[in-house]
Amino acid sequence: MALLSKKDANLIKDPLADNNPITIQVLGICSALAITAELKASVVMAISVLFVLGVGNVVISLIRNMIPSKIRIIVQLVVVASLVIIVDQVLKAFAYELSKTLSVFVGLIITNCIIMGRFEAFALGNGPWRSFLDGIGNALGYGVILVIVGFFRELLGSGTLFGIKVLGDPVTKTGLYSIGYENNGFMIIPPAALIVVGIIIWVQRSRNRALIEEA
Amino acid sequence: MKEKLHQLKLKYQGKKMAPAFNALHTFLYMPNETTHSGAHVRAADDLKRTMNTVIMALVPCLLFGMFNAGYQHYSAINGFPENFSLFDHFLTWENFLVGITTVLPLVIVSYGVGLAIEFLFAVIKGHEVEEGYLVTGMLVPLIIPVDTPLWMLAIAVAFGVVIGKEVFGGTGMNILNPALTIRAFLFFAYPTWMSGDKVWVHEGVQRAGTADAISGETVLGSLAQGSDYAYSLSDMFYGFIPGSVGETSTLLIVLGGLFLIFSKIASWRIMLSAVVGALAMGLIFNGIVDAGWLPEYSKFYTLMSFPYWQHLLVGGLAFGIVFMATDPVTGSQTNKGKWYYGFFIGFLSVMIRVFNPGYPEGVFLAILLMNVFAPTIDHYVVKGNIKKRLKRFKTATIYPKASDEVDSLKTETA
Repeated sequence: MALLSKKDANLIKDPLADNNPITIQVLGICSALAITAELKASVVMAISVLFVLGVGNVVISLIRNMIPSKIRIIVQLVVVASLVIIVDQVLKAFAYELSKTLSVFVGLIITNCIIMGRFEAFALGNGPWRSFLDGIGNALGYGVILVIVGFFRELLGSGTLFGIKVLGDPVTKTGLYSIGYENNGFMIIPPAALIVVGIIIWVQRSRNRALIEEA
Repeated sequence: MKEKLHQLKLKYQGKKMAPAFNALHTFLYMPNETTHSGAHVRAADDLKRTMNTVIMALVPCLLFGMFNAGYQHYSAINGFPENFSLFDHFLTWENFLVGITTVLPLVIVSYGVGLAIEFLFAVIKGHEVEEGYLVTGMLVPLIIPVDTPLWMLAIAVAFGVVIGKEVFGGTGMNILNPALTIRAFLFFAYPTWMSGDKVWVHEGVQRAGTADAISGETVLGSLAQGSDYAYSLSDMFYGFIPGSVGETSTLLIVLGGLFLIFSKIASWRIMLSAVVGALAMGLIFNGIVDAGWLPEYSKFYTLMSFPYWQHLLVGGLAFGIVFMATDPVTGSQTNKGKWYYGFFIGFLSVMIRVFNPGYPEGVFLAILLMNVFAPTIDHYVVKGNIKKRLKRFKTATIYPKASDEVDSLKTETA
């Protein structure tokens, strides 16, 4: 990372691991439960949040000295809402089917706690370049978890990845299905995401014991 | 032999595999060490004894389940015998052979996978292997259909033991009953293997769609579809009906329950209040039907008009009440709380059973739900008790009257 100073690089690296928005800060759980039944939806969601958080953080950071602190939440909401509408319209124009799967959850990026959290905690107090890196880092941290959860849920729940039947065809009984394997219906329903996220949290904390909170 | 094992234990004390060795060692022999300091209670009923008592209560159900597996299998093929005789048609070697080849593998997989995980966690965490799985491992094969594929069972057991128990800290710390967690996992993960009219009879799924197709619908399954069932009341009570392996015979479950009550292992409060709860809900449903509030074309009509007390004879209600609801870890701890806890288990079981659109049974869901609520119930019972005693304290007259002398006496002694 010769491009970035060490301090700046940490802005991207930290949220990916030891300060992950989902597994450590436990923010943005709702969307992680709702849309991770398919890998494709997870990836699109991750990219959408990447765009909204990256651009949003820069915008907020640029106008941070002009926002009266009493109405800052409303200003932040206006910024997120405009960005989310852009994402929503782009999805509807170029990936209509997918936007139907994601349905209301693209709109609900507005209420994603990670976004407001980063605006409040970082963009309001830092310059645009650092805010941009922070936004990208956190969105990537969020996206990584989404993709991991989506990978396991789609693979175990539907036997597919990005819609490709990697384990064989359950109807004509090829591949794994020929020896009696069956898809796990539990992985399709949202509670499964909670358990997969829980397992990720478990693994992460047993690898780095410093992360365990005191009871 | 005994002495040698004791010496071995001392030799390997503190080593990585010591917990695994100790588990087998204490299973076979009484430990030769005693506590050296402090007062302690000496009693015969340690955790191992407790678990074994429950297993003893379960053995009749298991044996009956084996015979019943064969009986249902052959009856589905040849039709039910006309003049049923216990020894000619039920307790036969043929039936037992089918039973032992289908049920025994379930038991072995359940224990094998579950205990392997218990040992693994004990070695990793460095604590002794806990006995909690002994009962769970026996309960699991009794509450699933006979033909459940073994790999599914293995995955479900691994899930139930790790997510249902070990993540909370092992035996005694779990919120949910592990056996029911396993059952719920199977139900949500592989619903086609857990419901319908094929899964309750050995080879039913395998033969589906062929000329030799066989099926056996449970009483509740028939009721949910609004059709009649061919079983008499005595069939239901003795257990000659299709269902999960060990849950059909109400008679043997009641005997097991009495045994557990007399050995003081299980709480009679929970059992009694659960029965009352189930009867209450059944009576309400019967009352709605009798009052004519429910039109006959309603899809709930047959299940709601099912006589209230017969709910106890079919499905897993009796088994759940006796062996699952009374789990001392996940149930309510206070005596008063046990009444509420049990009542709602019975009440909700019958309610879910009638209203569940996908599957006409709700005992496992009701018990899991009440497992979650048990700590809350206890909290309010304890709080209520504190309030009551505070009130009594405030209204009480205290003799002798408090005087300054008390304080001076206190300072003198201090």
